[in-house]
Amino acid sequence: MNYSTLRNSPSRWHWGLVAAVVHRLSGLLIAVFLPFHFLSLGLAFESEAFSDFIAWTSNPLVKISEFFLVAALAVHFAGGLRILALEFLQFSKAQSFFISLSFAVSIVVGLLFLLSVFS
Amino acid sequence: MNIRSYLVQRISAIVMVPFVVTHLIVIILAVQNGLSAEEILGRTRGSFGWAVFYGVFVLAVSAHAAIGVETVLTEWTTLRQRSATLVAHIFGFLLIIIGLRAIFAVISP
Repeated sequence: MNYSTLRNSPSRWHWGLVAAVVHRLSGLLIAVFLPFHFLSLGLAFESEAFSDFIAWTSNPLVKISEFFLVAALAVHFAGGLRILALEFLQFSKAQSFFISLSFAVSIVVGLLFLLSVFS
Repeated sequence: MNIRSYLVQRISAIVMVPFVVTHLIVIILAVQNGLSAEEILGRTRGSFGWAVFYGVFVLAVSAHAAIGVETVLTEWTTLRQRSATLVAHIFGFLLIIIGLRAIFAVISP
């Protein structure tokens, strides 16, 4: 694809790329987090260690990190729905709608989490 | 990504749709008034339903994450395909082992 094709292509090309990059980065973040998630839950074999760990999560910095993780899960989930819809439902004309919907869903979930965790 | 990985990636994604929705709802409910070990374990201890739920979730996410990591390694690093596949398999099996261990930790009474 040369420069003139890019310049003349509809603006949604750009947003499709953004959606793809966000999907990949959020997926990577979740993949890196998962081993820590599983290992920390494994602490439940010893109830004292698990209680100490849960107490540690009340730290505001941990809550902010949790926000990014929950938001990453929501954004990756919504972006995944977008891919499934585009691939299996033949909705390719509605790409920009699905991209917007993906981000909107993620923002709502992220805000709900923030409201809950700091309430 | 070969055809088998592609299919596993899409099928695991579809399987996880209700699981992720449930997980997000449980997270948002659980953090209200602060997380507590008693609350989490009170929900999971001895629960066959949550054991099955998290069991399927761990298997699906392990496959999904491993294939995702393999794709990123092949596209964004200089690793050769065979090495990327090996790393992805090790990562996936590790996730299954520590994931099932985590379930056992929160379910066993």
